[in-house]
Amino acid sequence: MLWDWGYALEILPVLGQAAIITIEATLLGFAMAAVLGLVFAILRMLGPAVAWPVSMLIELVRSTPLLIQIFFLYFVLPKFGVTLDAFTAGVLALGLHYATYCAEVYRAGLENIPRGQWEASIALNLSLYTTFKDIILPQAIPPVVPPLGNYLVALFKETPLLSAIAVLELMQTAKILGSETFRYVEPITLVGALFLAMSLVSAALIRQVERALGRRFVR
Amino acid sequence: MMGIRSIAVMLAASLALVAGLSTMEPFRTFMPGLIEGAWMTVRIALVGSLLAVLFGVAAALARLYGPLPLRWLARAYIEIFRGTSALVQLFWLFFVLPDFGISLAPFTVAVLTLGLNVGAYGAEIVRAAIGAVPRGQWEASTALNMTRGQMLRRIILPQAVVAMIPPWGNLFIELLKATALVSLITISDLAFKAQEMNQTTFKTIDIFTLVLLIYLAISLAITIGMRLIEGAASRGLARGRAH
Repeated sequence: MLWDWGYALEILPVLGQAAIITIEATLLGFAMAAVLGLVFAILRMLGPAVAWPVSMLIELVRSTPLLIQIFFLYFVLPKFGVTLDAFTAGVLALGLHYATYCAEVYRAGLENIPRGQWEASIALNLSLYTTFKDIILPQAIPPVVPPLGNYLVALFKETPLLSAIAVLELMQTAKILGSETFRYVEPITLVGALFLAMSLVSAALIRQVERALGRRFVR
Repeated sequence: MMGIRSIAVMLAASLALVAGLSTMEPFRTFMPGLIEGAWMTVRIALVGSLLAVLFGVAAALARLYGPLPLRWLARAYIEIFRGTSALVQLFWLFFVLPDFGISLAPFTVAVLTLGLNVGAYGAEIVRAAIGAVPRGQWEASTALNMTRGQMLRRIILPQAVVAMIPPWGNLFIELLKATALVSLITISDLAFKAQEMNQTTFKTIDIFTLVLLIYLAISLAITIGMRLIEGAASRGLARGRAH
């Protein structure tokens, strides 16, 4: 018998614990991506002197593997005197990588704001800060929530990369379990099944959100 | 989205930077190993992309036009490979498959995983592109008494292909980035070489800067190639539509 139910049930609680680390990394990484992505998108609107270097940085981060960026942050930052534990370095890399994707999403949202909204804000003598905070962002962000949600799921599926710097998330835990018992079938298959289940559930949730937003923001 | 000119400028700049750095001292010693690794990365990306297109087209056609069991199979394939992580898939094929008596070489596991993973995303692109061909094209083909196969081969797919090119370009970049994962199953690609040299020399900043630039150059080259193909393919279509 290739699949041992007894062993699978025995390791399930251990994997459940590791799943919490995976979810923590996902949520923290995405919180950073969502905020930093918006910063990138707004910086890109502030004229070519700021926009150009930001665009280059975004292009560099988007075009290179996340794994290399994780190694980079984990091994390079200590040389500048910033020593991070593996979890923090991993979350920062995930956040930075997905911030560049989120920046494109926000840009689409910002470009969809009619010019008149900007002109009206100038006519009302609102400061740039007030214009963004009270006029532009409340209109630009809700329509882009579903695509942001897709990136949340994508980021979630990239968290196993943190196992490369020995963060004890799902994949690393499964590998350790496998190397202890020489049985890889159950741990790795269970990790795959857990990812599939969580991805399908979150994809369904995003569709719900999309439908709810679609009702509110028909223009 | 950046124009093709500025991408070409970035590509030239990153190549010049790599070439310039590789004449200097700490960098020079790393170059032979990194070039060897980059060649492995490129080979895996090429074979992986080829497999991804094959799996993507096959799965999309099976899902759209196959008999019912094949349709379910295609759907299950797409959901499973899109719903789980590429690294989990890679480890599954590498560590678990041997327990079922199937031992594949690491290179085979690598290109197969990347092909299957990216192919699942590609299947949705192919499906969307076929769906975007106007209904009238199907109706006209029916009126001309074509068989299903003839319609797809001569009328629908040639038009759908043009719409597929830009999203496939994005997927090829994703695939290139995902090739770094294969370093975790002992293949000495660019990421593996970087790790190996980092552990022996501790010249972390130098090595990883070079590696990032090399990956950037390969990505930009893919982007330019896909833009050129897109331009060539859509010119023919635009002429056809004008009349």
